Amino acid sequence: MTYKWDFSFLWNYRHVLAEGLLNTVYLSLTVLACGLVLGAVLAAARISRFATLRAVGSVYVELFRNVPALVLLFWFFYTIPVLTGIQNGRFLTAAVAFSLYSGAYFCEILRGGIQSIDRGQWEASIALGMTFRTVFGSIILPQAIRRTLPALTNEAIEVFKISAVAATIAYPDALYQAKLISDTEYRPVEVYTVIAVLLTAIILVLSGLSYALEYKFSKSN
Amino acid sequence: MSMIAARNIHKSFQSQDVLKGVDLDIGKGETVVLLGASGSGKSTLLRCLNFLEMPTSGEVCLDGKRVGTPDAGGRMRYSETELCQLRQRVGMVFQQFNLFPHLTVEWNVMIAQRKVLGRSEAQARERARYYLEKVGLAEKINEYPARLSGGQQQRVAIARSLAMEPDVMLFDEATSALDPELVGEVLQTMKNLSGEGMTMLIVTHELGFAYNVAHRIVFLHEGTIIEEGTPDEILVHPKSERTKAFLRGHTVFRLPQPEETA
Repeated sequence: MTYKWDFSFLWNYRHVLAEGLLNTVYLSLTVLACGLVLGAVLAAARISRFATLRAVGSVYVELFRNVPALVLLFWFFYTIPVLTGIQNGRFLTAAVAFSLYSGAYFCEILRGGIQSIDRGQWEASIALGMTFRTVFGSIILPQAIRRTLPALTNEAIEVFKISAVAATIAYPDALYQAKLISDTEYRPVEVYTVIAVLLTAIILVLSGLSYALEYKFSKSN
Repeated sequence: MSMIAARNIHKSFQSQDVLKGVDLDIGKGETVVLLGASGSGKSTLLRCLNFLEMPTSGEVCLDGKRVGTPDAGGRMRYSETELCQLRQRVGMVFQQFNLFPHLTVEWNVMIAQRKVLGRSEAQARERARYYLEKVGLAEKINEYPARLSGGQQQRVAIARSLAMEPDVMLFDEATSALDPELVGEVLQTMKNLSGEGMTMLIVTHELGFAYNVAHRIVFLHEGTIIEEGTPDEILVHPKSERTKAFLRGHTVFRLPQPEETA
């Protein structure tokens, strides 16, 4: 082991790294928000009393859960322009592909949570005159989210990590910026080490928030 | 005229007929207790009145107005709007309380006022406090349901229903899940409500309560009403053999009264 570590040159690239990290966070939070909303809507479809909606929900899940995220990203990036003549931006492409992908996972997590809620909760809400939408949005979903918070956090972390795949279509996220620096300086060891540490740190903050939320929710149980 | 009425209600689950043509009229301000063995269809009848179960056939009338419209084949059709409106006017209290565990006591009583009646937050809060005061739980408004005893939870559930200012209240074995020493506080709340002129239909096994509070008792057996009358007629001088057998089962053991032991 004769390698001599030297991180000092990275200081000159701090703005490049910061931009990459910001882009990672931006993409991840967008996917997280869209994926969660999509997942909640799909979960509502999957427990609907209308067979058509249930079918749409399960076909969606089976489709987007089973295609690898990278394949999905390439499909949107390389085939949509051919099919439609429209070349969407890298951010939009990655955001759409990963939202659709994570939506399927969020849907299944939430569906599990929703189905674990006692039937009496539905009955009491309906007996008060609430519509399906109100029962779902105000009574059932908030409880399902509380119950599935650890699994949702897992998936949120997964979203953060998968966002790095967007580097393959040259979206300037943390990984892509790292590669740029590494290619310029020929020092991959330091660059990738630093980026790994920084990404882990961001995710640790995320888990911390999740634990705090869990603690807050535990007071009502 | 009756406040709420069932007309020839039938209800079947798969091949099992649970209700076989029930007619029941409850007058404004009347307290009616529904008795019957388990499986006689009491809960199902109650749940048909607010359409938590859809009657297989028959009609429900609220304040003289029929709910739903028959289609060409004579089957009743109900729109979601219509059912939501009916349920706002017909409150229900459940055996298992079914409070919303993620909301404080105050919000349990506020949420339907906000989301269903569209009341302002201030108005909903004011009403919630009024009804929580009424059931004696004003000091618990910021607690979560899990921190309350069963009797307190059930009283919150009653306040939650009352806050909708319903015309009718349905009680589905409201005290059956409670520890014996907590039954009294809930029954007292129900008695007060009856005294204030609320129209109530109550499924209960508390015969003493039925005797003292009900204006009328209806006895259901295998999906049919086989006897109804005043508490004295049904509980003290029952005519039907079924009713007699039911009452014997409930009074196998009882405490002696002081004058009997003297």
